Amino acid sequence: MSMVRDLISWGCLLAGGFFCLVGAVGLIRLPDFYTRMHAASVIETLGAALILAGLMIQAGLSLVAVKLAMIGLLIFFISPAATHALARAALVRGVQPLLASREQPSSKR
Amino acid sequence: MFAAAACALLVTIAFALTRAALGPTVFDSLLAANTIGTCSMLLLALMGFLGGRPEFLDLALVYGLLNVLGTIAVLKYFRHGDLGDPGEPEESSAP
Repeated sequence: MSMVRDLISWGCLLAGGFFCLVGAVGLIRLPDFYTRMHAASVIETLGAALILAGLMIQAGLSLVAVKLAMIGLLIFFISPAATHALARAALVRGVQPLLASREQPSSKR
Repeated sequence: MFAAAACALLVTIAFALTRAALGPTVFDSLLAANTIGTCSMLLLALMGFLGGRPEFLDLALVYGLLNVLGTIAVLKYFRHGDLGDPGEPEESSAP
């Protein structure tokens, strides 16, 4: 039983680390500010949730799991608010999104 | 496995630092700073499990609250140019 629990928890931790790496590569490679926000969201949703789930499985039913749930709840409520404020501030201050032009409908063919 | 996830988080923080250093606008740097804050919360939680000291989870909670306050405060500064600004009505501030 403990073996199965360890396996599930390791899978969650490894998947969370993988999604964090995907978000980090996107943060470097994507072309403009609004697309980079998508990459940051991958880290804050899938990466954080999977890593916290792996840690909660490892902790079992205890106070530690409750604290981990509090951290998850904090990220769940706060990071969309911060992302929204960031996008709105950028839009108000005049950062233009990178749009495809009429002559060249898509940047990637 | 804790060490593998911690290594992935460290690489993520390094990439976000690169973006914060060479981001074209200040909002790119803020996005990277927010990402670094989230990653360090997770890294603190992992550190507690690595060393067998779950007290690090309290540090992670406090760090998350500070991260949020810092991001909102800096955003308000860059949007209105003043921390004490009450904020205009939305219609007049939009371009």
